[in-house]
Formats: sequence, C-alpha cells, structure tokens
Amino acid sequence: MKYVDEYRDQELARTVAAAIAAEVDHGRSYHFMEFCGGHTHAIFRYGVQDLMPENVHFVHGPGCPVCVLPVSRLDDAVELAERHGVILCTYGDMMRVPDTKQRNLIRAKADGADVRMVYSTLDALRIARENPDRQVVFFAIGFETTTPPTAAALKAAEAEGLKNFSVFCNHVLTPPAISHILQSPEVRDLGIVKIDGFLGPSHVSSVIGSRPYEFFAEEFQKPIVIAGFEPLDVMQSVLMLIRQVNEGRHEVENEYIRVVTEEGNFKAQALVSEVFELRKSFAWRGLGIIPKSALRVRDAYADFDAEKRFELSVKASREAKSCECPSILRGVKKPTDCKLFATVCTPQNPIGSCMVSPEGACAAYWTYGRFREQQPSKLEPAE
Amino acid sequence: MTVANPRLAADTARVRGSVDMTHGAGGRAMAELIRDIFHKHLANQYLAQGNDGALLGNVSGRLVMAADSHVISPLFFPGGDIGALSVHGTVNDVAMMGARPLWLSASFILEEGFSLAELEKIVVSMALAARQAGVPVVTGDTKVVEKGKGDGVFISTTGIGVLSEATDIAGSNARPGDAIIASGTMGDHGIAILSKRENLDFETEILSDTQPLNDLVAAMLAAVPGIRVLRDPTRGGLSATLNEIAHQSKVGMVIKERAVPVKPEVAAACELLGLDPLNVANEGKVIAICAAHDAATLLASMRTHPKGHDAAIIGEVVADEHALVTTHTRLGGMRVVDWIAGEQLPRIC
Repeated sequence: MKYVDEYRDQELARTVAAAIAAEVDHGRSYHFMEFCGGHTHAIFRYGVQDLMPENVHFVHGPGCPVCVLPVSRLDDAVELAERHGVILCTYGDMMRVPDTKQRNLIRAKADGADVRMVYSTLDALRIARENPDRQVVFFAIGFETTTPPTAAALKAAEAEGLKNFSVFCNHVLTPPAISHILQSPEVRDLGIVKIDGFLGPSHVSSVIGSRPYEFFAEEFQKPIVIAGFEPLDVMQSVLMLIRQVNEGRHEVENEYIRVVTEEGNFKAQALVSEVFELRKSFAWRGLGIIPKSALRVRDAYADFDAEKRFELSVKASREAKSCECPSILRGVKKPTDCKLFATVCTPQNPIGSCMVSPEGACAAYWTYGRFREQQPSKLEPAE
Repeated sequence: MTVANPRLAADTARVRGSVDMTHGAGGRAMAELIRDIFHKHLANQYLAQGNDGALLGNVSGRLVMAADSHVISPLFFPGGDIGALSVHGTVNDVAMMGARPLWLSASFILEEGFSLAELEKIVVSMALAARQAGVPVVTGDTKVVEKGKGDGVFISTTGIGVLSEATDIAGSNARPGDAIIASGTMGDHGIAILSKRENLDFETEILSDTQPLNDLVAAMLAAVPGIRVLRDPTRGGLSATLNEIAHQSKVGMVIKERAVPVKPEVAAACELLGLDPLNVANEGKVIAICAAHDAATLLASMRTHPKGHDAAIIGEVVADEHALVTTHTRLGGMRVVDWIAGEQLPRIC
C-alpha cells in the first residue's frame, strides 16, 4: 500500500532499531509515555517493544478518548437513548463501554433503545434528515482530532435549520491532561511514575500544531516528540527522544513533519472556536477534575446542545470496584497490576474502560501482548 | 416442500408484487409461490417427487450433515447475494469435514411485504450456485412473518454429504510442526459487505469471495489424503478460525503476517476503518493444516486449482499449553492474534 507499507518496512525498522541500540546509554533506563491510544495500539499491534533495547520502556498514557470518558457521561448517554427516546448516534468504540450498572449501549439497543453506530458526523446528520419526527443526538467524544467534524456538523445543522439534531458534547483537550499528569505528585515528587519524555499525539497536533507543547517541554523539562502513528514513526520518535535525553535537551521536536506544522490547521481551529468554548472544569476518568480541559457548545448554538435540550444533569461517577483504570490511565500501574485484568475483565467482559477500546492499554495488553506475561490462570477457557 | 398443483389458475404469485401472509398459509397462494419461484428455478428429480420429504436413496460411506442460517444485510452485495451465500455456506461446511456434499435443504422465512421479484432473483442465484456446486436443493420450506418481524428474507440450509473411510479431518487433529495453509486472500467478503452496508464509497469495488469449495477440497484430498484440519474462516475471519483450532487441538500457532495473502484494496479499506483483515469474514476460502512433509504437495495442488492459486503457507503449529496464536509482525516484532470481542468496531480516530 503506497504511503503505508513504507512505514512498516522491516528492513528500515531494523536500521532504526540498530540506531536506537547504538545510542542508548546502558547505564540508565528510558521511560517514554505515549499519551495517545493510537500509539499504544501501534506499539502492540506491530510488536515495537520487541525491537527496543531492554532499558527502553513505554508508559501507557490516558490518550484514549473512550477510556477517559467518565462513567457518568455514559450514564447520561444511556439515559438519552432510553428515557428520552432519541436516536443516539455514536462512534463504534462507545457501544461497549459499561455504565454505572455495567450495561452498555449494545445492551440498551437490545432492550429497545434506538442506538446507531456511525462512522462520521455526516452519518448522524443524514439520520436526522431522514427522521424529521425523531430527535437525533450525536454522542460526541474525542480529543482535538474529532472535534472539528463535530463543529462542522453543528454548523451544517444550523445552516439547514435542522430542528431535530443536537450534540452531546464530550470533547476534551490534550494539553491540560498532559499538564495534569506532569503536575501530579506521582510524577513530580514521588517518582512513582518515571517519565523521561513524551511521544506527542500527532493527530491532535495536526489540528492544534506542535507549539502548544513548548510550554510543557520548558516548564517540566521533558522532551516531547510529535510522533506519527505508524510503527516506524514511533521508532524514529523514540530515537529522537533518546537523543534529547542523552544530550540533556527538552524540546518539542516534530517527527510527523509530513502532516504537522507548528501552527496547526487554522481553519479547523477557527471552526472549533466558533462553535465550542471551554468548560470551567471536566471530570476525566482516572485523572479526576481538570480545569479548562473540555469543550461545551457555545450559547449561540444552544439549540443544538443536547445537555440543554434534554436538561441532562451531571452525576457523580462511580467506577467499578477494584478496577485500576484510574491508575493505569495515569501510568501509575500497568494493566497486569490490576487484579481484574484477564480474570474477570477481558474484552468479552470489560469492567473498566481501558479494556473496552482497542486503544486502551488493557485491551492492547490483552489482545496483542499477553503472551509476554502469560500465566495459565489468566487464559480464557476454550470455546 | 409442498408440491404445486398444476391445475391452479395462472394468477401467479409474482403478479401480486410482494409477499403477503397468504404465501405462508398453505393455500393456493403458497402453492403458486412454490411452483412459480422455487420449483421453477431449483427444479430437479428430488423436488419433482412432490412429497413432504425427499427420498434420497442409498449412500455408501459415512454421512455428514451441516446446517447454516443466513441473515445478511444487504441481501445483494458486490460478488453475491443471500441466495448464493446460503448454498456456498452449507456446501463449504460439509466440505470442511472432508466430505463430498450431496444434497441441500432450504428453508425460507419471508417478511410480509418483501418484493417477489427480489425473491425470484435470490432463488435464481441460489439455483445457479447449486448447479455450479453440483449439489441440488432437494427439499425446503417457506414461512411468512408479519411486516417488521423479519428482515426481508432469512434462509436456512442443511447439507448432507458422504465421507470416505480413510478421511479423518477434525479441529482437534492439529499437531506441533504441522503447516498452516490459506487458500487465498483474507477479508474480501467482510469488506464487500461493509462497503455497501455503511454506504462507504471506495474507489475500487471489492467483491465478496463467496464460492463453493467442494471441488477445491476434493483436489486437495486427492493430493494429500492425510490432511488433518480443514475450516473455512467465515465470521471472525482467520484469527477466530486459528484460535478455534488451537483450542480444540490444545496447540499454539505461529503465523507470519507478511505471508497472509490480503488484497491491497482490502488492506486499504481495513486501514481506513481501523479493522484488522485477519478478523474480517471470508466465504470462499479454506484454511488447511497438514503434516509438514505434506505441505509442499498440498500447496502445489491448491495452486493448480483456480480457487487456490493464491494459496500460501502462512505459519506452523507449535506446542503451547495456552493455545495462543501469535504472529511475527511485518515490522519484525511479535503479537497475539486474538479472536475479536463481539463485533469488530471501527476505532474513533
């Protein structure tokens, strides 16, 4: 496949792996947090860890939009579908996330709710046009990457005068989350989470650019490399991070130059800014309440805000007992440190959000990496 | 299947345009439907017997039976339709036992309001598929459900085949050291269906691989009678099939990602949707496991057959009490090849 296979080439991977091996200082270890679930997925999907020296470690961060959504917001989504009788449109990953009662949208659908999986906001708009007598709500989640399409859908709905379309906005922002992790006592004071640098989320930076990360590199003295999602991107970015660490630098470097610029996509930024504004605070799963870390629909578009249209009340989150997702999302614990991992919590029966999304750390461990730490008791029974 | 009465008036079912409750009520309308659509296209000596069941006669050898139900949306897709699929699915299930499929039954559940013209297209396609496979539909049944209680048409088929005494094929037969062979490209059917179901406009039309495999399997068994395992990687794709066999045989498997044949357009569609081609369904491919010393012979026999010219050895069976299926990734690492949890869902970004 042109422009894809090149980034998965085994010979090139060996070359980069050799360069990494030649540059690592064997007297120390390197811990790099990949913030984005796309990187977690790529690392496991392609076995990138196998090509790393033993002293280079990946710390899996919170950057899976499904994983960081608090249970209370899912409760609201189920309520929208069941109690308000709307057509709830959602991206595929959200269908399996358990709510407070360990139900999910697949279950709600089976029980009669009208939940429809969509591939884009355009599908949700189409469904609204085709069902003028029904209220259609788009369950919007995601980081800066998926926010512009939601903004575009809202604007299109307004321009068309669609009276039956609204957005349940759960878009969150990356920089406040990174800042929150770096300021957490586990990282800053206690050293429980060792982070020597970040693989920066490239799709986010394709919208906001690389510049917003310069503050973190300077303030927290951690190198950040904006890394593409192909395995060779990840490997090349690790090499760049190792060089920075070895040289005592802490800069924002851009490995994903084929897409990301310093300034990002002005048009997308303007679109988002026109439709959304900052929430004062937002509860993240695993990270708690983070000020100014999420977006809400501006008053000018209030008619298309599902929270207002259906008077949703934000409830407190109740996480599943014993689930270590909160610690895993902050890099404090690994999936295998969780008592539920691979015992009661599997992709077939996810208890925590990290096991639901393929981009979640637990799902990636289970799906692609469990042979590394396989124990007989953790195997699923044969079907 | 109740036989049509030739003396019935000629106001055929097709004139009425769509299925209604009378088509399942056992009266004249049903008889006309059977005569004008099912018997007309599926005609053979067994249906012509006109009894409640088909008298099949004597068979020499062990009998194999397989059942399959077909529920698919859309009913017509690039490269096939539910009619052809319902024949291929059951013919292949019988063939995967190493048996020679002999006869099929077909049961239809029709939804009130379903177009009779569409039904006829489905039955025509089914008849063609049965002729091509050399396996007649010898008996059947029709029921009608009220509008809203079905999805147009559901088809259940059952196949009966005969197995030679020498053949021993089962999911529990894989042994460490055996070779794993795929007959062709993976994921074509699933992506063909998805491309239409989700209104995704790909530049290249991807066709389903739905086809009967009994002829290919016969050629394979002629070349290597000692084939240990045969299975068609349908729902859940290659990964589900390998995991099933690994658990049945209590062995592990190691495949090479680069050796698994995948069409570039299927790989591209999977990239776009965030799907893994190893998890995507096939309807015209077989996975074979044989002793390592038979692998070259089996592969050669498959490649000389038109339905197996893309065949490839994709990995080997290994000893592993955990029954894990792993792959060497194209990058040079290792990972587990897991069966998917529920439906494969596209990633968000």
